[in-house]
Amino acid sequence: MGVVWPRLGNKYGVARESGERGDGDLSVFMKKLLAVGGAVVAIGVLIGLYVADWATTQPTAVASSVATPPNSGGTQLTLETVAAIGPKYEPSHPDWVSYLVRKNGQWVHSTIYTVPANSIVHVTVYQYDGDSGLRNPFLSQVQGTVGGTEVVDGKTINSIDPEEASHTFVIPDLGVFVPLPGVAEEAKNQCEFAPCEGAAHRTIEFSFKTGKKGRYRWQCFVPCAAGYLDGFGGPMQTLGYMDGFINVV
Amino acid sequence: MSSRPVSSGQLPGEPNHARRFTTIWLIATLIALPLVIFVLGPELPPGNASQQAAGKVTDNTVLLAMATPVLLLVTIYLIYAVIAFRQPAGGALEGPAVRGDSRIQTAWIVITSALVLSLAAYGTVRLEADNGAGSGNGPKPLTVPSGPKLPVQVIAQQWAFTYRYPTYGGVETTHLYLPDNETIELHVTSIDVIHSFWAYQLGVKADANPDVDNVAFVKPTKLGAFDVRCAELCGIWHGYMYDKGHVVTPSEFATWIAQQQKQMAPATKVLPPYSTTYLPEPTRRAE
Repeated sequence: MGVVWPRLGNKYGVARESGERGDGDLSVFMKKLLAVGGAVVAIGVLIGLYVADWATTQPTAVASSVATPPNSGGTQLTLETVAAIGPKYEPSHPDWVSYLVRKNGQWVHSTIYTVPANSIVHVTVYQYDGDSGLRNPFLSQVQGTVGGTEVVDGKTINSIDPEEASHTFVIPDLGVFVPLPGVAEEAKNQCEFAPCEGAAHRTIEFSFKTGKKGRYRWQCFVPCAAGYLDGFGGPMQTLGYMDGFINVV
Repeated sequence: MSSRPVSSGQLPGEPNHARRFTTIWLIATLIALPLVIFVLGPELPPGNASQQAAGKVTDNTVLLAMATPVLLLVTIYLIYAVIAFRQPAGGALEGPAVRGDSRIQTAWIVITSALVLSLAAYGTVRLEADNGAGSGNGPKPLTVPSGPKLPVQVIAQQWAFTYRYPTYGGVETTHLYLPDNETIELHVTSIDVIHSFWAYQLGVKADANPDVDNVAFVKPTKLGAFDVRCAELCGIWHGYMYDKGHVVTPSEFATWIAQQQKQMAPATKVLPPYSTTYLPEPTRRAE
């Protein structure tokens, strides 16, 4: 089988036999093709590098420490929330709201925490930010903590006034939902930006059980990004401020 | 350069390609169609965990069965052409253009139009016959299933779904539990940006838009867990907007919802009255 093709002219009116090449035309075409292809590949590589750099730039993980007092069991995670991270910790976004974690007595700008599996983690949050209110009042109830409660300034409670919420500390996959009440508007000595030691604050304490090993996302559910549309942008959409990971190891 | 005219007819000694190709295509279609319908069809997504999901499996099977002869036609023709009409050694680089076969053009247009129009009609009928087939119908569905329905509200926010049961005191929960063999009336909405509620094994997918009540119906028919995902890119943690839902027996559901009502009483007290949509004011921090 096989059709016997007649010999036809190419578009230049010249028949090309097998193996025959129009070298001049082909080389110009090939040069253009290579130039365009090279440019596309180069742009693709640059975009890939940018995305890879963005995707792999993460805060340093901070491990929880031995709980104090030592006989209380579990480990301790000490956090603080601030209305503005300040130039000391984040020169590029000094006015972004953020969490910080205490490591070896120093406040560190990180939202990736490492805790042991199948253990109890005691969390203390020093809350230096004012209230802004919950969009969903459902999140005003404490869930998933030991006893289903939190201790706010020494008082054990199982929910807060949704209007008083400043932030939340929520680990959805562990079922942990903890609302954090804000500093009263009329309080003196409000913290402008981190570090906030000595400024007006609320102290929130709670404990939760970790369960099996894994990497769990945590986040704040209050749209608290000042200066952004509906509070959803900036630090709410950037890893390392109002969200992060709990590495259970 | 040769100036020999090109004949559109069959060359001497040449086999009848049309007959040969049609025979190959018909045999391949007769073999493939039963395999597609009876072997591949039952395995198609999304499974049979609900009446709507099972309907989608049927629809996907019909679509695939209709597409199979077309796929085979194009694929077999390509392979046939590569083998039968390959360039012989020493031949011209460019073959003759084939133009003007009105029979082929007419047949192609008529057959493909008939296929597409019949599938459009089939899809429309199936969509309405199954009360939206598990998809969002907007606030006023054209057709509503008969009989009692359990209303469940799906509330999306960055980055979690919560669920509200208006016939159980408006209690809100972090997980979705549904009773088996009961028609569920889902009211899907969002309190911030655009999300999409996707209960994969139940065959439910409905956009969650702020200030919109998107109604979807589903009747679970299989006990067990199902995946809940957000199917609309909604921010940095979109990929983590994932949970497991559960279809349980009616008695297990009654026990669970009673527990939730008791456990979530503090939150229920401060929730706004049940509404098909919520549009909370931006928080004081927002602009």
